[in-house]
Amino acid sequence: MQAHQRMLDPTPNSLHSGESPLLKTVGLTKRYGEFLANDSIDIDVWPREIHALLGENGAGKSTLVKAIYGLIQPSAGEIRWQGEPIVLSGPSEARSRGIGMVFQHFSLFDNLTVAENVALGLDGKESFKDMSARLEQVSRTYGLPLDPKREVWQLSVGERQRIEIVRTLMQDPKFLILDEPTAVLTPQEADQLFVVLERLKAEGRAILYISHKLEEVKRLCDTATILRGGKKIQTCNPRQETAASLARMMVGGEIKEVKAAAGRRTTIPRLVVNDLSLAPDEAHGVRLEHISFELKGGEILGIAGVAGNGQDELFAALSGERLSKDPGTIVIEGIAAGHLSITKRRKLGAAFVPEERLGHGTAPRMKLSENALLTGHAASGMVHHGFIDTAATLKTVDKATETFDVRKAKRDPEAASLSGGNLQKFIVGREILRNPAVLVVSQPTWGVDAGAAAVIRQALLDLATAGAAVLVTSQDLDELAEIADRIAVMFHGRLSAPLAASEATREKLGLLMGGSTLEPKEAAHAVGA
Amino acid sequence: MQLVLEKRAERSNTIALVSPLIAIGLTIVTMTILFAILGKNPVLALHAYFIAPLTDGYSLQEIAVKATPLVMIAIGLSLCYLANAWNIGAEGQFLIGAVAGSWIAVKTQGTDAGAWVLPAMLVLAAAAGALYALIPAICKVKFGASEILTSLMLVYVADLLMDYLVRGPWRDPKGFNFPTTAEFDPVATVPLLIEGGRLHFGSIIALLVVAAAAILLGRTIKGFEIRVVGAAPRAARFGGFNANQLIILTFAVSGALAGLAGIIEVAGPVGHLQPGISPGYGFTAIIVAFLGRLNPIGILIAGLFLALTFIGGEQAQIAMKIPLDVTKVFQGILLFYVLACDSLILYRFKLVFPNRQVIRGAG
Repeated sequence: MQAHQRMLDPTPNSLHSGESPLLKTVGLTKRYGEFLANDSIDIDVWPREIHALLGENGAGKSTLVKAIYGLIQPSAGEIRWQGEPIVLSGPSEARSRGIGMVFQHFSLFDNLTVAENVALGLDGKESFKDMSARLEQVSRTYGLPLDPKREVWQLSVGERQRIEIVRTLMQDPKFLILDEPTAVLTPQEADQLFVVLERLKAEGRAILYISHKLEEVKRLCDTATILRGGKKIQTCNPRQETAASLARMMVGGEIKEVKAAAGRRTTIPRLVVNDLSLAPDEAHGVRLEHISFELKGGEILGIAGVAGNGQDELFAALSGERLSKDPGTIVIEGIAAGHLSITKRRKLGAAFVPEERLGHGTAPRMKLSENALLTGHAASGMVHHGFIDTAATLKTVDKATETFDVRKAKRDPEAASLSGGNLQKFIVGREILRNPAVLVVSQPTWGVDAGAAAVIRQALLDLATAGAAVLVTSQDLDELAEIADRIAVMFHGRLSAPLAASEATREKLGLLMGGSTLEPKEAAHAVGA
Repeated sequence: MQLVLEKRAERSNTIALVSPLIAIGLTIVTMTILFAILGKNPVLALHAYFIAPLTDGYSLQEIAVKATPLVMIAIGLSLCYLANAWNIGAEGQFLIGAVAGSWIAVKTQGTDAGAWVLPAMLVLAAAAGALYALIPAICKVKFGASEILTSLMLVYVADLLMDYLVRGPWRDPKGFNFPTTAEFDPVATVPLLIEGGRLHFGSIIALLVVAAAAILLGRTIKGFEIRVVGAAPRAARFGGFNANQLIILTFAVSGALAGLAGIIEVAGPVGHLQPGISPGYGFTAIIVAFLGRLNPIGILIAGLFLALTFIGGEQAQIAMKIPLDVTKVFQGILLFYVLACDSLILYRFKLVFPNRQVIRGAG
């Protein structure tokens, strides 16, 4: 209610921060061709406020903050800074006015030191020495420890994010935008970040916090603005809402519960990894070290971990995009496959869904039928004597469309024209329709809308129920808790022993994700509890 | 007001077809200006270039003769380019094919060798072209050397090798010291299609190559492999396709086709090996490949069009004293416009009015 009264308060030119919002958008609209990414959005952000921007992928959150940060020009509407309409020529003008932004994707140079990276991002004229001193001071003040002399490639993802945050804080912003900052953090690191954010708030700064994690928003934020399909749905106090009511506003309807079928039985081991070690093929890649696990039919094994701890390397090793010298390190359906190509592994009954949908899982500018052929040529009767059976490839498209509710403009469009969720449903569908014995899937619902995510998770559960072995790598602990029977954690190229899902608490997983090993006593305690 | 390029959701198939025509249109406009600057009547010059050659039978045959090597080379190049392998050295592969095939012709000269001579020449030329193209391909795969540079540099090696042979060991003893071999025997000559005409059997081979490439790219898994490796390399690897093997394969095929085109040219219209057998066919074929949208049928049409510019250029030189080099300028401008117009397949032009409608008092 209070927020509404403030909104009606006609004091646009007051500089008194208590009476006018620090930042206000009025009818902000951004149009890309026919597409309205932001449709007349009004938000008010006040000093001493952590304001959540909630919405699914494609709801328009990024577009809105890019306009506020001066990266794009709005097509209509205006931005008011301390009551005054402003037109930002670019991010440097935004920064000079006191608007800072921490991006989800870091822009750091791996081979430069922390201090050098920070220096590159600053507009100031101070000497490198003064800047380094200030960097250390800022990082100490806010409890964001950083060694200015270390090179970025040696740092963890959490530490890299700290660089971005410190770099922004060094400009002393009044208004800070954070784009999904916890997506790459362990639960413990996220907690540390929240302490920092509370402190920034107490100093009188305003924070615009983009997220789709509802519990986090309820815990941290004072206000939440929910966007859907480019429109503002509501501004509310998240603490007075339930996670379910927030989700309804985000999605615009109820989300189907994912249900595991009762009576799922594990059968024979279908995917076995024996002491797999693999040197990285890139300069700063992760070395896989002594990875072993056994995955039975009817079972879903989840692999948690902060991004960049060897998950991509493990996927490449399992799929056969990278070969292992020792055939016995990877056994698919009882056959040593470490040296076999991805096509031969598919012929053994394995299927793979990589993290990156466009460019890895599909060729973006090729039709869906051609993308069905991309993985189907190995073992789905789509090729006869070297000639493509176009009818068979189209049939796969139709079947995936029907079974997994893929929404598209025409029968056989280019992969790039589908939305993230629909393309992911197609890719997962394409692999599941081959009835795989083993499915290895990486980040199955990354950047996918809630409806599609539920469809995909259900499909993975059903596949396991039908007897397949499913390996899911995900950074989303809630997702793993929902579908996995056992969860293991990857850290620095090593894989922890899997925990039964019932024992895998957030705290325990968080410790493993941060590189701690569970004390035997502690583990025993957990079993007892 | 501002002109911006806006990304399209999907490739525009209409523009994919129209883009070469827009490019040709823009080229003609540019050439008109160029002719005017040279002090020639643009209307007459364009007539000499594009209309006159189409009006008599001799010129029409000559267009087909010139288009034959262009189309054959461009088909091979299009396979390379689709797979992201940049073979710029087709001219060298063309010359090596011509030299290798001519070796049999020279060695059997004056003997009563039978009908095997011409087929053997064709096979050897194709093999030599393929092997010559494999040099840059293997350097690329094994050592990461830029195939653009290596394939281009090998053009000059081939050129000088041929020059040495026709001035030295293979020079016609009765040729008044001209750098040329003796005229090939009839068994070493590509037969004519029309008695007393210019059209020869090589044109049939070119048409067969076009048909084979259309089937390969449109219907077979190998063709799909070529397209996907070029369009999305990481997805191709995920699909189980090996990009390096494909570089080797497409270079070998395009080298073979260029070599074949070389010997057909020498054993056909020219009749003997001599310097200057190619007015840059291997380079012009790059334009043909792109003008034809890397599509076999498109390449056939583009090959005929570029052949027309060769013939037209000769006519314009004879009739209006326009230098023959203007033809090369023309071809260069055309390639420039083709590549520029291609961006319209993925993007469209849009006029943007920076309309900062400030909605006042809306809060």
